[in-house]
Amino acid sequence: MTEGIDEAARPEVVAGTGSDLFSKFDPLIEQRRALLADGQEDPFSLVMERVLSPTRAVCNGRETILLGTYNYMGMTFDPDVIAAGKDALDRFGAGTTGSRVLNGTYRGHRDCEDALREFYAMDHAMVFSTGYQANLGIISTIAGKGDYIVLDIDSHASIWDGCKLGNAEVVPFRHNDVEAMEKRLKRIPEGAGKLVILEGVYSMLGDIAPLKEMVRVAKAAGAMVLVDEAHSMGFIGPNGRGVAEDQGCLDEVDFVIGTFSKSVGTVGGFCVSNHPKFEILRLVCRPYVFTASLPPSVVATAATSIRKLMHGGNKRAHLWENSRTLHAGLKARGFQLGTEEPQSAIIAVIMPDLERGAAMWGALLNEGLYVNLARPPATPANMTLLRCSLCAEHTAEQVETILGMFERAGKAVGII
Amino acid sequence: MNRADTALRIAAIIAPFNTRGVALTDAATFAGDLEWDSLTVMDFVAAIEDEFDILITMNQQAEIETYGQLIDAVTRLAGS
Repeated sequence: MTEGIDEAARPEVVAGTGSDLFSKFDPLIEQRRALLADGQEDPFSLVMERVLSPTRAVCNGRETILLGTYNYMGMTFDPDVIAAGKDALDRFGAGTTGSRVLNGTYRGHRDCEDALREFYAMDHAMVFSTGYQANLGIISTIAGKGDYIVLDIDSHASIWDGCKLGNAEVVPFRHNDVEAMEKRLKRIPEGAGKLVILEGVYSMLGDIAPLKEMVRVAKAAGAMVLVDEAHSMGFIGPNGRGVAEDQGCLDEVDFVIGTFSKSVGTVGGFCVSNHPKFEILRLVCRPYVFTASLPPSVVATAATSIRKLMHGGNKRAHLWENSRTLHAGLKARGFQLGTEEPQSAIIAVIMPDLERGAAMWGALLNEGLYVNLARPPATPANMTLLRCSLCAEHTAEQVETILGMFERAGKAVGII
Repeated sequence: MNRADTALRIAAIIAPFNTRGVALTDAATFAGDLEWDSLTVMDFVAAIEDEFDILITMNQQAEIETYGQLIDAVTRLAGS
């Protein structure tokens, strides 16, 4: 049923040419045409002409405050991180041109995995070329045909794709609903392999999961637990290890998935674990084996950044201040937000519909502010969201400036 | 459990979800006739699962296109 409902109308047959495989995109093409017809700037093809800092860039020739980059800890321009990358580029070259299991593991890749093991205090770490591939690879390899995956309905696309690739039986439950999860776990046939997949922070609304309770229930049902901490690494938890650490249940989690493209400030993905047989995954995980490894400069920047994040206490405190100020300020100005209280560095502003969401996005860009426009099907309950992600490098003054921009744009578009 | 009993219980559950008043014959399709969004599908499936104490995995859902196929699948899953 689920498949059928998402499926577009059958492609029309074009006379003499067979069916056009692109016909299925016609509704989306028409929606975009209508949206952009009255001069609205395309929210999905913005170009950053120059990037000045973690919080400022030049777009359309105008200096713009960045409030939608997931660059939570502002590590992209950290001098030590940049120096490490330049040095690796000079000494090891521009790329590895090879798989991690053949010629693509350099000293830097091992060092980056050592940095992750130190950061999480775990036995094993495996670095992938992207965060998407980390979920795709780990999930599809450990949960195969006949195994059961129980997961939150609001899971990231990379998690769903990992479930599909591995051909496991997939059982979703209502977002953050512990009871619904428990009921489904109990109905799984005896003896079947069980994997529960959760996220620390859900990136669309910026809300966190009740991991302590969910992990307890999952373990009691005999399931292994994988938690994606992409949006919490670096600033949630006493050591920045994420929501599971913050709630005191990290020891019960079998696999933590994370990314380098948020707090770490570059690109790449990883899995850390204490499972005694973890290392075998390097030989059987296809999205790890059949792709080129990260360039030496990228793993050098990642390792340097991860080690610096271990001592980022002051920056974390300032990031939380920014999150609280923006949340309270937007709420006071009458915007509808994704969460009652700030739970992470993501503040989602709920728009009445796609048209006014796109108009608001354009009005903010004219003010000199970039945020993410998120729309169905990526969003829960078909919402249109303006997603703001704060950075530890945003100054208190910048946050006040941002609130003024929201107020003017919101009034101009008629949302507040 | 026999098919007629299953059909009656499913009919009671689907009523509040059938907001457009589609005639629910065995041939009615979820994609073409009911046109639910993915969240409605999940809520409806959860309601059926809880009523019959069964699991209908997404893999199984993909095979269920018509109302009649749903009744057959639930009869089979609840009977085993």
